Amino acid sequence: MMDQLTEVRRFDSFDLRYVGLILAILGLGVLSIHSVTYDQQGGVAPYYLKQLMWISLGAGAFLVMWVWDYHSLARLAYPAYALVLLMLLFVLFEGRASKGAQRWIALGPFSFQPSEFAKLALILVLAHYYSKAPRRGWLQRVILPGLLMLPGLLLILKQPDLGSGLSFVAVFVVMLLMVGVRSQALGVMLLFSVMLFPFVWEGVWGSLHDYQRQRIMAFINPDYDPGGKGYHALQSKIAIGSGELTGKGLFGGTQTQLKFLPEGHTDFVFAVYAEEWGFLGVFVLLALFVTLIWLSLEIASKAKDQLGALLAVGIVSMLSFCVVVNIGMTVGMFPIVGIPLPLVSYGGSATITTMASLGLLLNVKRRRLSLFY
Amino acid sequence: MASGNYAENESDDFHRRLMVLRVGLLLVVALLSLRLWHLQVWDGAYYLDLSKNNRTRQVLLEPARGLIYDRNGVLLANNVPSFSLYVTLDEVKDREQLIGQLSDLLDLDPVLIRKKLTAKGGKSLPRKIKDRMTLHDAVLIESHRLELSGVMVQVESQRNYPGGGMAAHLLGYVGEISADQLERPEFSGLHQGSVVGQYGIEKFFDRHVRGQAGQKNVEVDAHGNEKREVVVEHPQAGNDLYLTIDVRLQKVAEDLLGSESGAIVALDPTNGDIWAMASRPGFDPNVLSRELTPKQWGEIVQDEGHPLTNRASQGQYPPGSTFKVPMAVAALESETMAQYSTVSCNGGYQFGNRIYRDWKAVGHGAVALHDALVHSCDVYFYTIGQRMGIDVMAEYGKEFGLGQDTGIELPSERSGIMPSTVWKQKAKNTAWLPGETISAAIGQGYVTVTPLQMASLIGTVANNGVSYRPRLVHAVMDRTTGNLQELLTVPRGKIKAKPETFRIVKDALADVVTKGTATRAKSSLVTIAGKTGTAQVAALQTGPEESIPKKFRDHAWFVAFAPVESPKIAVVVLSEHMGHGGAAAAPLAKELIETFIKLNLSAPAATPGDPTAKPARQASEPL
Repeated sequence: MMDQLTEVRRFDSFDLRYVGLILAILGLGVLSIHSVTYDQQGGVAPYYLKQLMWISLGAGAFLVMWVWDYHSLARLAYPAYALVLLMLLFVLFEGRASKGAQRWIALGPFSFQPSEFAKLALILVLAHYYSKAPRRGWLQRVILPGLLMLPGLLLILKQPDLGSGLSFVAVFVVMLLMVGVRSQALGVMLLFSVMLFPFVWEGVWGSLHDYQRQRIMAFINPDYDPGGKGYHALQSKIAIGSGELTGKGLFGGTQTQLKFLPEGHTDFVFAVYAEEWGFLGVFVLLALFVTLIWLSLEIASKAKDQLGALLAVGIVSMLSFCVVVNIGMTVGMFPIVGIPLPLVSYGGSATITTMASLGLLLNVKRRRLSLFY
Repeated sequence: MASGNYAENESDDFHRRLMVLRVGLLLVVALLSLRLWHLQVWDGAYYLDLSKNNRTRQVLLEPARGLIYDRNGVLLANNVPSFSLYVTLDEVKDREQLIGQLSDLLDLDPVLIRKKLTAKGGKSLPRKIKDRMTLHDAVLIESHRLELSGVMVQVESQRNYPGGGMAAHLLGYVGEISADQLERPEFSGLHQGSVVGQYGIEKFFDRHVRGQAGQKNVEVDAHGNEKREVVVEHPQAGNDLYLTIDVRLQKVAEDLLGSESGAIVALDPTNGDIWAMASRPGFDPNVLSRELTPKQWGEIVQDEGHPLTNRASQGQYPPGSTFKVPMAVAALESETMAQYSTVSCNGGYQFGNRIYRDWKAVGHGAVALHDALVHSCDVYFYTIGQRMGIDVMAEYGKEFGLGQDTGIELPSERSGIMPSTVWKQKAKNTAWLPGETISAAIGQGYVTVTPLQMASLIGTVANNGVSYRPRLVHAVMDRTTGNLQELLTVPRGKIKAKPETFRIVKDALADVVTKGTATRAKSSLVTIAGKTGTAQVAALQTGPEESIPKKFRDHAWFVAFAPVESPKIAVVVLSEHMGHGGAAAAPLAKELIETFIKLNLSAPAATPGDPTAKPARQASEPL
């Protein structure tokens, strides 16, 4: 115990910058959520207040993950993953449905989304798995981790939650490419996946729900029928584009205020932000995100051990995947798959998970390089 | 290989891959930024424009048309709430699909819907697809609302004629403005879907009754829900009209004609107010104000009975012997014939090598003006016609308003023909033939008149030559100011004739009823004066009436006024193909006049009004 304590470094300017970045992004998020929802009923409390409550819960999770040594945390990876899988199973049979998908577990007045927690659990499991004793051969490096990931993925896709499923896969693929696949194998695997693509596509396409297929089709040509399948994409583009350079000002977004833009406080919160703050505001937000991700990668590269590095990489890949895909879908570059913008979109489970993950990152940083001192 | 080395290699490898991740990430973010710059800065103005169109829907608020009352305040035309279906193109997902859905749900012609959707106008302007929807249809649309984006059902006021076909030709009907009308200046400010008067008073007074449309600029969300009204311009209801007709008299007039074709006009000779104006066959303006399919419309237009023709103001008929009334005035005034000078009638009048027959084959013997009128002696009038010539006849005919519009407030009035040598040269490009004067003298040949002209004429005689323009509207209530404006009567001048002349003619016309050709018009309630007429339709048809096909039978005329001493009502009855005026038309005039007397309508202004008339009467009573 004493050894471990001596490893721990004090709170420094890096942490200050890191926490400052997170708070800045959270703040912009709360503002945008309020701007969309200030005139509608959010149930027990206004959305921005509820989001502030999620943020304080998230802050608690952040602190816990920060101080709780990630080595002892990693030892709980398998039980945690098992618990998440159980919750996903529970959702499948007992969950609360909303908009045609069963994703939530109701807990008192609130409901939460196990698929969000599942992502963090997957990162823990994979980092833990790869950091144990050298893994050799295809079976150990690719097949077994794949089998670990598969039940979670299937349960998430069954809900269905395409967005979470994709980030689930993204986390897996990034970690696989970072440590799982040796360089020579990489080429083989990429080749393989390209060859397999038509078959995979066929299988994936067939298993998608109608609305998911329509969303993907709409991505191909959204201008074809405004008001139809491409409606979300087009309205989102109109919102963002009409923000022009300087934006329409807080509460000034007509797209948002008139509800042309659906899900303005959740998946499309970026469009709201872009409409009200313009390209300059977008530039600021992107800079905040890039800095946050950059600092996180810094942590990954300076992690004292492989477990820390893998945890950091997994979290960064999850974070950046969500940021890129969310913004990409609001500007019409990607299909609309239902991925929230981390720290900005309204949502309890996602906010808490993201903040907990970032706490874990600082945890990794906190213990970095201590071997060398 | 030492495990430490392996770990170190692995760590280097890891850092290399981390580098790739960083570069890749920067690339992706750069791409996103580029895309955002393109959207917001490069194309920003375009999207701003789109977002503006996105947010407002212009909803036109159709005005309620002004109400139309009879002289006692009985409602003749009002508005009832009804459902109209609008489509806003901007909000339509798939136009063809929507056309299919609407035609299925409402049983509408897809071609018609497409035509309306593609009519000129903005994409954000809702287009009216159907009005006067049934409650059932409106509910049907509302229940399919989610599948029908861009469709809205609006409650509007629709024209309604509580009396059904009563006074239909007078009131007219309304209809959606046509493409041609939209181009015309008098309809400026209107738009596709506007309802305007298409016939009758509705058309003639459209500018008064129409009102002014308002506009809502409504911010609409993605679900088509109205979020907020940005600008509201309230619609301005049209002005109310108070007609001169009395529905009770109008009803009797229409019932008298029954299923026969014809017209009855009753007016007040002292001011030109029309008491009643009936034309048969008629139509139901409620039906015509709906949108008709081309087929339905074709059926009405091609109807042999021409129900859309207002026979009172648009039907042109030879006046027959009723023309002898102005002829008598002309004879006396032009001194063609003195009051007591006689003409010998032996049943025919020879001119050149042709004999013009009298209706009474044995003749009337020696007749002076009085008896010539009472018994309608043709030979007497052949004689004076021949003596005065067509141009003198035309001069007096025109004095009485023949061959000209009466100026009644109805669209497309016809003026008939009062022939003259000049007219013939102009219209037929040939010289007037002397024989034609003889036919004209008894109201045959080229002479044609409308029943309304004859009503005005007999009214003028009754009023000793003072004539007024016949009128249908006596007051207009301005909805913006709440003022009831009484319209002035329009004097049309006085016929230059001695009072003695009118006395002589009126005496004779009184005797027509007491002992002449119109004894069937004799009433125990009131003294009636009049003149019968039988207008030949086909000159060569002779023999017993029953043997002639109906469409070749003569038209029956009767022109009358009452009471003889101080005339308050002038009546014209025209029954198409009903034969002799004394038999077919005179009894109808008598009944109408008796109704008039029973209703005590001759008492001026003090007529007790209908309870609903209260505001109108109060305002219109000159104090």
